[in-house]
Amino acid sequence: MRHTISCLVENKFGVLSRVAGLFSGRGYNIESLSVGETLDPAISTMTIVTSGDDQIIEQITKQLNKLIDVIKVVDLVEVEHVEREMVLVKVNPKKENKAEVLRLTEIFRGRVIDSSQKTYTVEITGDERKIEAFIELMKPMGIKEFMRTGKVAIARESIKPK
Amino acid sequence: MKKTGSEIFLESLKRQGVKHIFGYPGGVVLNIFDMLYDDKNIELILTRHEQGAVHAADGYARSTGKPGVALVTSGPGATNTVTGIATASMDSIPMVVFTGQVPTMLIGNDAFQEADIVGITRPCTKYNYLVKDVSDLAETIAEAFHIATTGRPGPVLIDLPKDVSVGKVEPVYPSSVKIRSFNPTVEGNPWMIKRAAHEIEKSKKPVIIAGGGVIHSEASKELKQLAELTEIPVTTTLMGLGAFPGTHKLFLGMPGMHGTYYANKAIQASDLLISVGMRFDDRVTGKIAAFAPNAKIIHVDIDPTSIRKNVRVDIPIVGDAKRILADMVAAVKKETKKQWGEIRKSWLKEINKWKKQHPLEYEYSDEVIKPQFVIEKLYELTKGNAIISTEVGQNQMWAAQFFKYNKPRTWLSSGGLGTMGYGFPAAIGAQLAHPNKIVIDIAGDGSIQMNIQELATAVINKLPVKVAILNNRYLGMVRQWQELFFKERYSHTGLDVVPDFVKVAEAYSAVGLRAEKPSEVEPVIKEALKTKAPVFMDFVCDWKEKVYPMVPAGAAIDEMLLLEKEEKKEKKRKLKAVK
Ligand SMILES: Cc1ncc(C[n+]2csc(CCOP(=O)(O)OP(=O)(O)O)c2C)c(N)n1
Ligand SMILES: [Mg+2]
Repeated sequence: MRHTISCLVENKFGVLSRVAGLFSGRGYNIESLSVGETLDPAISTMTIVTSGDDQIIEQITKQLNKLIDVIKVVDLVEVEHVEREMVLVKVNPKKENKAEVLRLTEIFRGRVIDSSQKTYTVEITGDERKIEAFIELMKPMGIKEFMRTGKVAIARESIKPK
Repeated sequence: MKKTGSEIFLESLKRQGVKHIFGYPGGVVLNIFDMLYDDKNIELILTRHEQGAVHAADGYARSTGKPGVALVTSGPGATNTVTGIATASMDSIPMVVFTGQVPTMLIGNDAFQEADIVGITRPCTKYNYLVKDVSDLAETIAEAFHIATTGRPGPVLIDLPKDVSVGKVEPVYPSSVKIRSFNPTVEGNPWMIKRAAHEIEKSKKPVIIAGGGVIHSEASKELKQLAELTEIPVTTTLMGLGAFPGTHKLFLGMPGMHGTYYANKAIQASDLLISVGMRFDDRVTGKIAAFAPNAKIIHVDIDPTSIRKNVRVDIPIVGDAKRILADMVAAVKKETKKQWGEIRKSWLKEINKWKKQHPLEYEYSDEVIKPQFVIEKLYELTKGNAIISTEVGQNQMWAAQFFKYNKPRTWLSSGGLGTMGYGFPAAIGAQLAHPNKIVIDIAGDGSIQMNIQELATAVINKLPVKVAILNNRYLGMVRQWQELFFKERYSHTGLDVVPDFVKVAEAYSAVGLRAEKPSEVEPVIKEALKTKAPVFMDFVCDWKEKVYPMVPAGAAIDEMLLLEKEEKKEKKRKLKAVK
């Protein structure tokens, strides 16, 4: 099963390779990884998407926790959360498809952020399913290339009054 | 007052209580070595290879419980430490290794003798550092010792660029270390401990498996208390030898691939395994799916990743073995006042039957020296009062089987990595820490050649280490596999030219002795034990001898190959002939 794991890590040199090395050294796969600073610039957050059975995921979270530079690990499967990913898709549609590209972009609440004589570059944000659906729909239009950011995720706050 | 990085380095080590460093010099550590030239408190032991330095630091650590320290130069000096560091990492040995590095401004330029040792050792250290600024040095060293010795111990490496050892700063030595992301759990969960006590009370066929963690946490006393209180038999893994007295009536010897018949039988028949400070290595479990099929498993370990990594666990308890064993003793006492002796009678009887059926055994010969006989004699003549290190191969397994370890920290062996060449430098490190103890490396003729140069280190530092070479002219353990599983095709395991170890010893101004017949074994050992200098004892052994019992790879641990005595083999041959 697929899991999104969120880690707080020390913002130190070498941390990324320690985390990446843990995965490669133990044969776990990383489907995506994104890193960014937090409010406290000494701490970064890493969002890792990985997959495996329960035993593997348990090992992954324990092994991450064991890394000296890792402060906190949360497997978001256990937590209500929202997640987003962004993709930039560069399409070079035939003339007759240009309008369709723009229409689909609108339906997906995307934006055209660059265009040339032959191409449009479209930005789409959403969960994985939305991103994948958009890519599928664009394929027949002629995708030149696309870039995905990998997922970021954050826990939901309770809306019950306290 | 401002101090140089080299001065801060030395002062930091003194504050950690370091008395000895094992090392080897080179260009970028010249400044540090210059400081060591007339330092009164810290002695550097010059080994003859950086691998030797790290193994010596490891032997020092295993035999004392204090972190070992090594210091080497950049590039090849640093890469030569990798096997030693990986050996320590696999066996959770506290150690701090300092490597020189090219000046910070040259890092990344493929400078002369530059190696990215922090990158190379990332997967085989507990943590590692590149110090980029001399003002970070004091804190980094304090952190490194803290990490190496706290929780599950392990090796930490510090890479010191030349300009850091030369640069000057007003040092601030931290009085204590706190790392917000590193707080190992020490205390066991009381609810789990209560459940464990309850299981102990219910079980009919319990077995304790103790590993190296019991030694690291100094928990032998508590282990013995628990075993004796509840009359539970104890088996110790290779790493755990010495954690429980080898002569104790509840001791089952070692489990696993070359474990005893009765330890393996007991595990397979048990209804409760109490595993403490061990990690269910594949050499212990054999075929996982068939391991201890009827047992509930209590697993005590300081490292949460050890738990449920290889086997299912019913009661996980994360924490320090010493604390948890003491808590378990208290909990068992509180739960019940049973007559344990009565309750365990039939289980212990069953085990004793297995002990009688297949004790550890070999066939003695008058003509040719059996390696097991040498080890029995070493035990007898030292009365077990010795620190034993081993190399790897048959020598290691026989040393584990036929010597009895009654105290922790008297058994030094590369378990996890299985490093040939470990034992001799480790013995040197242990001898330095224990000048008045007998230290013996039980070696193979192959392994001893992997760090034989350290004889110079032993001689010059007057460290009277004894090396018992079980000379079978083969890479015996590999040959054994070839004999059993590769139709006796001895591909590259014959050591056709084995050096004359007596002459080698003499060439280094050490003492060399040789035994070629069983009757010469005792006199040679006695002579060696009398000698106040390093001695190589060359025991010319039966090359055909094999280590038994043996669990073939992939088999369950009760599917053991056992020693077939000659008489039995003879009968079989005759039977075949008749047919
Ligand atoms: C550095 C290293 N290389 C290779 C091996 C694989 N290996 C395991 S045992 C062994 C043979 C050891 O021979 P020897 O030291 O003569 O011991 P014996 O088994 O004959 O007692 C070898 C080659 C190893 N464990 N370590
Ligand atoms: Mg040999």
